[in-house]
Amino acid sequence: MQVALGVSPWDGDGTAVSGRRSVDPLRRRLAEPQVTALPPRMAASPLPPPDPRFVLRGTQSAVHALHFFGGAQGQGHPLLLSGSLSGLVHIWSLQTRRPVAILDGHQGQCVTWLQTLPQGHQLLSQGRDLKLCLWDLAEGRNAVVDSMHLESMGFCRSSVLTRGQGKWMLAMPGSGSDEVQILEMPSKTSVCTLKPEADAKPGMPMCLELWQAESSPRPLLLAGYEDGSVALWDVSERKVCSRVACHTEPVMGFGFDSQKARGVSGSAEKALAVWSLDEQQALQVCKTHELTNPGIADVKIRPDRKILATAGWDHRVRVFHWRTMKPLAVLSFHSATVHCVAFATDGLLAAGSGDQRISIWSLYPISSDSSTSSLGHVEHREVGAHALA
Amino acid sequence: MDPAVSAVRVAVREAVHTLSSCEDGDRVLSTLGSLKRYLSGAESPAPPGEQEEFARVHFAAVLRCLAGRLSPGWLELGADDGLEELCASFFLEGPADQAFLVLMESIEGAAGPSFRLMKTAQLLARFLGAGRMAAVMEGQCRRLGEPASPLLQETLLTKVVGLPDRLANRLQRENLDAFLPQNYFPLLAEEMVRVLQAVVDSLRGRGRCSVPSARTSGAGGSLAGTRGPSLGHLSANGSLWFMLFSLHPSPPTVPHRPEVLSRLLGNLVIKNKKAQFVMTRKLLFLQYHHSTPMLQSLLGYLAADSQRRPLLVQALKGLLETWGSASAIRHAPLEQQRYLSKAVLICLARLGEAELRDSRDELLASLMAGVKSRLDSSLPVVRRLGMIVAETASARLHPEGPPLRFQYEEDELSREMLALAAPPPADDSPVEASDDELVPYDMSGDQELKRSKAPTYVRDCLEALTSCEDWGRWEAALRALEGLVIRNPAAAREVSVELAKVLLHLEEKTCVEGFEGLRQRALVAVVVTDPAPVAEYLTTQFYALNFSLRQRMDILDVLTLAAQELSRPGRLPKAPQCGPPGPAPPPGSTVAPAWRTVVEERIRSKTRRFSKGSARRGRDAGPNQFNVVAGYFFFPLLRHFDRPLVTFDLLGDDQLVLGRLAHTLGALMCLAVNTVAVPMGKALLEFVWTLRFHGDAYVRRGLLSAVSSVLLSVPGEQLLADLPDELLEARSWLADVAERDSDEDCRTLAIQALLLLEKLRDRLLALAAP
Repeated sequence: MQVALGVSPWDGDGTAVSGRRSVDPLRRRLAEPQVTALPPRMAASPLPPPDPRFVLRGTQSAVHALHFFGGAQGQGHPLLLSGSLSGLVHIWSLQTRRPVAILDGHQGQCVTWLQTLPQGHQLLSQGRDLKLCLWDLAEGRNAVVDSMHLESMGFCRSSVLTRGQGKWMLAMPGSGSDEVQILEMPSKTSVCTLKPEADAKPGMPMCLELWQAESSPRPLLLAGYEDGSVALWDVSERKVCSRVACHTEPVMGFGFDSQKARGVSGSAEKALAVWSLDEQQALQVCKTHELTNPGIADVKIRPDRKILATAGWDHRVRVFHWRTMKPLAVLSFHSATVHCVAFATDGLLAAGSGDQRISIWSLYPISSDSSTSSLGHVEHREVGAHALA
Repeated sequence: MDPAVSAVRVAVREAVHTLSSCEDGDRVLSTLGSLKRYLSGAESPAPPGEQEEFARVHFAAVLRCLAGRLSPGWLELGADDGLEELCASFFLEGPADQAFLVLMESIEGAAGPSFRLMKTAQLLARFLGAGRMAAVMEGQCRRLGEPASPLLQETLLTKVVGLPDRLANRLQRENLDAFLPQNYFPLLAEEMVRVLQAVVDSLRGRGRCSVPSARTSGAGGSLAGTRGPSLGHLSANGSLWFMLFSLHPSPPTVPHRPEVLSRLLGNLVIKNKKAQFVMTRKLLFLQYHHSTPMLQSLLGYLAADSQRRPLLVQALKGLLETWGSASAIRHAPLEQQRYLSKAVLICLARLGEAELRDSRDELLASLMAGVKSRLDSSLPVVRRLGMIVAETASARLHPEGPPLRFQYEEDELSREMLALAAPPPADDSPVEASDDELVPYDMSGDQELKRSKAPTYVRDCLEALTSCEDWGRWEAALRALEGLVIRNPAAAREVSVELAKVLLHLEEKTCVEGFEGLRQRALVAVVVTDPAPVAEYLTTQFYALNFSLRQRMDILDVLTLAAQELSRPGRLPKAPQCGPPGPAPPPGSTVAPAWRTVVEERIRSKTRRFSKGSARRGRDAGPNQFNVVAGYFFFPLLRHFDRPLVTFDLLGDDQLVLGRLAHTLGALMCLAVNTVAVPMGKALLEFVWTLRFHGDAYVRRGLLSAVSSVLLSVPGEQLLADLPDELLEARSWLADVAERDSDEDCRTLAIQALLLLEKLRDRLLALAAP
């Protein structure tokens, strides 16, 4: 026979009655208010965490670089390029979800950076074999047309800025450990070397970004350094406009929104820093955002500047609202460090990880009007790509 | 004297005489026919002057006479000629207000159920169905130049509004559908709208209007003298609305918007004492079944006008006082407490800083008293209400101080309450949605990465938990412990009491997700692995000096959960009994299994199976493992409950633990079913008996469930043989509780226990009968 016995004694109500009797609970609570971190109130229960749209497997080695190529411009299907620890570059079709081609040009050394150039289907790849290769991918070719020797043994990724008439500018780590070298391409003329002042001692450059303000044609370079600072260089003047300490650990990656003159950087520490540039080209830190686990390997802002994604050493990709820095999602799919993230112009997000997988996510679809309006000033490394397209 | 007046009087007197005494059908019919001439719309009507005189003076008398004659015999007199119809037509076609009053009067005056009563009630139902209520109301509005007596009007109002109650009282089970509130009030509301529409139309049509007469309906409308907009009339009829509003749970057409209420009622609440009582006392304190929107519109109404705002402050003071009164907390139904709390929050949201500051001390005093009593309560809902209101109220009353925050989990109730506490949105600024509001996904899985390796031995866990400074390892040990104990019972038994001690004293030194659950599950596993010594240890600690209430309650919970686990049938599906060696298997029994395996093996080798389903065997029947050790769990807990310690006084302040203890004892009793539980039952009934008049509802609930579990667990025959007196005493107590207890759960539990007793008796009688 079963009879309900009313309220069962082990029905915890979760509102833990406070411990010892000696203090009147109310008094004590009033005296030392417990400011507890309750989760933010939401009108409805939150959406369950998203799953990847699909996963690309088969690099057979950790993925260290990702780059989307084509697609939104209506020139064939979008491709995804991935660079792996074993020195191979995979070109993935996002339709068949299989590699279209595999490029082997770095002697088995890790590929750290991939960037396509708008004209003639050219690809730049940077490897730990201290080589920067220029590939010709047009009409199914996959041959190295040119290569350059890098002087730096560091992990710094290069950056390009398209200048028009088939010319582009390249920023890469220089021969001195704290230098950045600027080259005029494709002639490979070294334009200048950006060397910090002797007393600054920022350490090695860790990440670079060449860009150009809308108002002036002078190229500018943002560089994150080993000491956690971010510096803005005026390339033609060869001098630092401004430098601000954002982190206490090396800057591992940053994203920069040239329209809002605002950027966000991640480092080995447990926080993201958001900084901005004022009219006097002075950098200042706006705020920092605390993370659950330390270590950010890469930061990217989506081309429509709505959201940004970070690649975490904690195996997770975090997505934030770019304007407010409100956390939107934590993508936990990978089982090893996430080394890189990339956004496609249609909003697709890719993350590459040490677990040899590339996960593809589709979050917060880009509304059509905002994507067209942003095409003129697309986010950082794709500035050049679209200006000429 | 006007000749028409006297002519009518003579005719009516004669007719009434005939009607009341004559038994001749034809004469009755002809008399009625002649009277009918005075009603408007008759075939050959009397002159208008006479009609008016009849309607004004004589109509009611005629109706009363008719109502008095409604008997089977009398109606038989002219049954063929439609006497009944003719009678009815008087009620349905004559001046509606008088007809209504006479009908009500005769219904209420009836001594008891009778033919006449039923006839009148049916007549009233027809009256309603024919839409005559509109005529009643319209009549009041159109009475030009002749002010009706306020008294009469009030009577009319009372009767209109109170009709469902009066009819229900009078007719009891014979009540008609038309009189049920859910049917009557919508009808009334419809009619009312029709009347208002008609009044408005007539105003628009003619310059002369009925505002003065409408005002006489006692509203004291705020728009006195204004003759234009129809809203003036709405407010003029305010008192009618108001009565409806106050007497009916939720009049269907009263819009849940304070501004509408303001337009309807004007400042009635200030001018009319009765209205004030209803609005500020009755609706807030006595009737607690109103919906939240209704409450909001009521308080919003009070807040909408500067003249009425003092009433709102007054109401808040009263509300908080009641909210904070210890006796109200103890005796008021939970429903009412919730209602009160909502009202407090709404008031707070509607009042401004300055208004609150003026009476801050008084409000704070009530609040503090209330929060204290509420946090002391053993009912979670009461505590929760206390926390929510305290947070909100202290933030409003003491904005400059540090915010008060309690740790409670968000749930339906708290969300609803906190939504009420938000200030009402301004009407003219609709909330603008952010243009790119991106909805976050659930990020609760975003935890810190763990690096430490979990220990693999029980002793390692013990060591990590006691002396570890590496919090990663400490947490890993805590997480691993339950599994380790279950997998290695022998190893766990070696250190069981030590483990229990460590776990009982374990504090959450770093923030560990689900710490309480981990600790509890580990403790339960330890108790299950080695019941007797650990239970003995825990029960002694229950009455030891230096424990917090939380720890004591943890002990109770752990014991209950462990007992539940132990008593679960088929608990150890495959593991051979590796506990204390039982009696050796009889010689020869080993042979049989060997022989059987050989056969089974042979069958298996010859059988082809298409799908390999799990070869599941039925659950092995086994003894209830809890039975052996139930005593260790149960009796020590009863040992010292009446001996207060400095830090622990079960019969005093710590009633929450007492309630939990009662529940636990009941559960243990219940889990020890099918054992020789008589001594346990006896002890438990004694325990219940000493505490049966405890003031705390939670304790009483525990006691009642304990009684039920005694009735369930102890075999009936033994109950009757060993505990007859206790049962008799319990029975009368239960009956008393079932009838009178203020707490609904207590009443239900008592009824359940009574049912069990009843069942027991029936079974024993059935056994004894043959």
